[in-house]
Amino acid sequence: MNIVDLMPFSVLVPLIASAIVALLPGRTLPWAVTFLAALISAIIAALTLPAATEVTLSYPFGNWPPPIGIEYRVDAANAFVALLVSSMASLALLWARTSVNREVPRRQGPFYALFLLALAGLLGITMTGDAFNVFVFLEISSLATYALVAYGSDRRALLAAFRYLIMGTIGATFLLIGIAFLYMMTGTLNMADMAERLPEVRDTRAVRAALAFIIVGLGLKLALLPLHLWLPNAYAYAPNFVTVFLAGTATKVALYVMLRFIFTVFAPDYSFVVLPLATVLMVLAVAGMFAGSWVAMFQVHLKRMLAYSSVAQVGYMVLGVSLVTTAGLTAAFLHLFNHALIKTALFMAIGTVMYQTNSIKIDDLRGLGRQMPWTMTAFALAGLSIIGVPTTAGFISKWYLILAAIDVQAWWLVGLIVLTSMMAVVYIWRVVEAAWMTKRPADLPTVREAPLSLLLPTWLLVALNFYFGLDTRLTVGAASAAADVMLGAGLGGAAP
Amino acid sequence: MIDFIHPSLILFLGAALLPLLKGSARKTALLVVPALVLALIATLEPGEFGQFEFLDMALTLGRVDALSMVFVWVFGIILLIGMIYALHVDDWIQHSAALGYAGAALGAVLAGDLLTLYVFWELMVITSVWLIWRRGSGVSYQAGMRYLVIHAIGGVLLLAGVIIYYQTTGSLAFDQIEVGGPAFWLILLAFMINAAVPPLHAWLADAYPEATITGAIFLSALTTKTAVYTLMRGYPGVELLMWLGAIMTLYGVIYAVLANDIRRILAYHIISQVGYMVCGVGMGTVMALNGAGAHAFTHILYKALLFMGAGAVIYMTGKSRLTDLGGLYRHMPWTFLFYMVGALSISGFPLFSGFVSKTMITEAASLDYRAIIFLMLLMAPAGTFLSIGLKLAWFTFLGRDSGLRPREAPANMLLAMGIAAFLCFAIGVYPAPLYALLPNPVDYNAYNIGLILKELQLLLFTGLAFFLLLRFVGGKNAITLDTDWIYRGGGKRATLAVRNAVVSGNRWIRKAIMIVLRSRAQGIRSRYGRDGKLARSWPTGSMAMWTAILLASLLLFGIRT
Repeated sequence: MNIVDLMPFSVLVPLIASAIVALLPGRTLPWAVTFLAALISAIIAALTLPAATEVTLSYPFGNWPPPIGIEYRVDAANAFVALLVSSMASLALLWARTSVNREVPRRQGPFYALFLLALAGLLGITMTGDAFNVFVFLEISSLATYALVAYGSDRRALLAAFRYLIMGTIGATFLLIGIAFLYMMTGTLNMADMAERLPEVRDTRAVRAALAFIIVGLGLKLALLPLHLWLPNAYAYAPNFVTVFLAGTATKVALYVMLRFIFTVFAPDYSFVVLPLATVLMVLAVAGMFAGSWVAMFQVHLKRMLAYSSVAQVGYMVLGVSLVTTAGLTAAFLHLFNHALIKTALFMAIGTVMYQTNSIKIDDLRGLGRQMPWTMTAFALAGLSIIGVPTTAGFISKWYLILAAIDVQAWWLVGLIVLTSMMAVVYIWRVVEAAWMTKRPADLPTVREAPLSLLLPTWLLVALNFYFGLDTRLTVGAASAAADVMLGAGLGGAAP
Repeated sequence: MIDFIHPSLILFLGAALLPLLKGSARKTALLVVPALVLALIATLEPGEFGQFEFLDMALTLGRVDALSMVFVWVFGIILLIGMIYALHVDDWIQHSAALGYAGAALGAVLAGDLLTLYVFWELMVITSVWLIWRRGSGVSYQAGMRYLVIHAIGGVLLLAGVIIYYQTTGSLAFDQIEVGGPAFWLILLAFMINAAVPPLHAWLADAYPEATITGAIFLSALTTKTAVYTLMRGYPGVELLMWLGAIMTLYGVIYAVLANDIRRILAYHIISQVGYMVCGVGMGTVMALNGAGAHAFTHILYKALLFMGAGAVIYMTGKSRLTDLGGLYRHMPWTFLFYMVGALSISGFPLFSGFVSKTMITEAASLDYRAIIFLMLLMAPAGTFLSIGLKLAWFTFLGRDSGLRPREAPANMLLAMGIAAFLCFAIGVYPAPLYALLPNPVDYNAYNIGLILKELQLLLFTGLAFFLLLRFVGGKNAITLDTDWIYRGGGKRATLAVRNAVVSGNRWIRKAIMIVLRSRAQGIRSRYGRDGKLARSWPTGSMAMWTAILLASLLLFGIRT
């Protein structure tokens, strides 16, 4: 079986497994099958990446040749994202077992089935070469995600899920409207085909409107300021495992799709010309970096704090995109990968704290550094990564982002990046100070260190943060290949 | 066969190992690790080691040449002495921090490129601040915090400078910085902060007196001298440094004369002594650079010795102000003796180490026909002798009996002081090994009759003046912590009256600023805090409105044309 035939199973395995898992009884079995499915999908994605970096892989479904049939089309960019999503899912699942047992005590089958649906949806969005298929998978993953968020034990989770549902639906509708416009003008749904036919109708209002709708729709999914408002509550009140998974994957996939549309379907010399996209994205990115970090500095609820920090980090990625250079896109892809590592590690650490103490108010963490030293140290080390201290993954992406900004002589951006990194120092330091620099008040319960089943995956992620801060061959290589694909021939280019 | 083991690696491993050890095993490790490092230093061969590629940049972890070896040697020596001195302290955090700090300093000195330098530079700050915090008082926590903030700013400046340097030259190699523009100034500024060049010096006199007794030894030895090394490497012959250095020598002395806390006096003298080195770097002649290197070497030893003496006094009596001390020589004779060796060294008495290095810089100034610099450098030792050799010694060890009856310091402290005192004396008597270590060949003999007479005259008349004016020179307890924080513009010779006016003015301004800041902070909190505008959970309707606004504005642009 060659790699092209194997490739679709990266999506199909979780999809099929979800149906099976939904019916499985008990707690261990659903988890085991889910983990197995995610792992298989990650292995396939890992096998696909080197092949896809060389040539664009194409798999026609049901042997209907594209553009008539649905096609999976995988190049360096989406192979990279697919690998990220599926491996993050596997890593999150390692951590999930203990945490989910607490938060979803009974009938875990449906819960894990929903998770697999969300995973399959995200992978489908990433790998498909068909615009309508993107929408379908987006809805699959989104609907599953809404339900997952609603599983949260806090009653506010219901409201958060409802809001997320409304906003997500608006976003998906916008995307659908945009795709429909494009279909109307070009008569095709295959993205590569669409890219070829668009130049003929490029000067029509419908195509411009399509671009605007798609960007706003995906901007919502991406949590780009000011469309981020659903994110803090959804992250804060979802079950910890769901937050860990979403933080590393959902917004990343949305960013990838947005890039796919901006750079491949509409060529950059179109999308950045008819709309002031570079300016709009840059302004929103910088505003996001600031507002996100700023609010995070004052948050008391730590999951919310990290959620706002995510808004800021999305800003960094979009900033890289808005430069419209290879260096900028490389930085964006790098941060996409590295931020997934960082945030997953941070949310795991915080989730572990919540598991032991049942609270993540910053005041309840006072003096916790002595009682849960391993957890809090993991948090602090992952915090170094989000600040961007050298030898961490966070440093690598910020370094490339700064180089990209200097490349276009945008010195003021360098200043802003450094400044917002300083703000990250503040919000991480608040936690460190509470955990180590203050005594544990007498009225707070004494807690013990978390079980190894939570600690080991967390430390694995922390270790990865440092590993990818030192060995950058995989990340930088894949990210620059992805950026080249986006700016280069892309889907319209030669494919077997 | 591995031909290069980075000394820092041993130190970092040692630092990581300490928490796992207990009791005498830990004490053994405290001595074995520095000894191992010293042995490793002895085997270092000139050359470049540990080169690797990182993000397409060529990095060099170990560059061993004559210049770096001067500093590597003295850092290794002082680490061993400091560890002996700190042997009785049962606090692994302090010891780990000290080992890590020394490792970072060695790494910075051995760094062959600017990025590696930056990493170790930051590491030094993060490790050293624990030596201040572990004092455990509120004052030391705040002083440590200020120390951290200032050095964080310095680190950012350095990083910015390095990035711009890389961008303009395409190379990260750390040699003389020859580009103009922002890279030059940013890196220089970062180095100057660590070298405590006024007006960027305030952190030093603020933080060092609040450090732990044993931590102050390492602090006094490593941070500023690493900065001197980087200045020697990157900015030899920059005239601005020569003037700043000469001003530093006097500046530190004047402030020291006014201080009351014994370790604060010593801290100001670091500024003064580093001034000699900075001045030597700025002159940039072969002899001046040699002098700067030699002075860094001797300075580390005698300054550590002085800090150890002062530390022993504080450790045994619990008091650190001149006005509370006095007459201790009867109870702590050995401490007094060793302290005096340090005091004579720093003042540049013939036969002690300061003499053979300090005069080198002074002579370099005269050979370079720089009259004003020469006079400034000549003047400063009088003040140094006055405050360290006479005032501090008199009011602490001699003078009126304070009623304190401390015991002699513990054996390990005495041993450490003894080793340092021996080295100070040995270098003063037989400077040839030190001269052989210097980056350039030395053709200099401090022991000629002219130099000896000049120094002795100066110092003896200072002594005479001290005893004649004894009533006026003592420490005043009225001097509070705040006053050390004033920045002054031109005139440094402030009288107490001016001082008080400035203090009250300063206090008033600070209060006004704090009121404004507080009300601002209150406003920010209410607007952006937990339930502030940005952080609130917005109703779905307004979320949808934002979506509509963004879409409308994009469409407006798209359809308009």
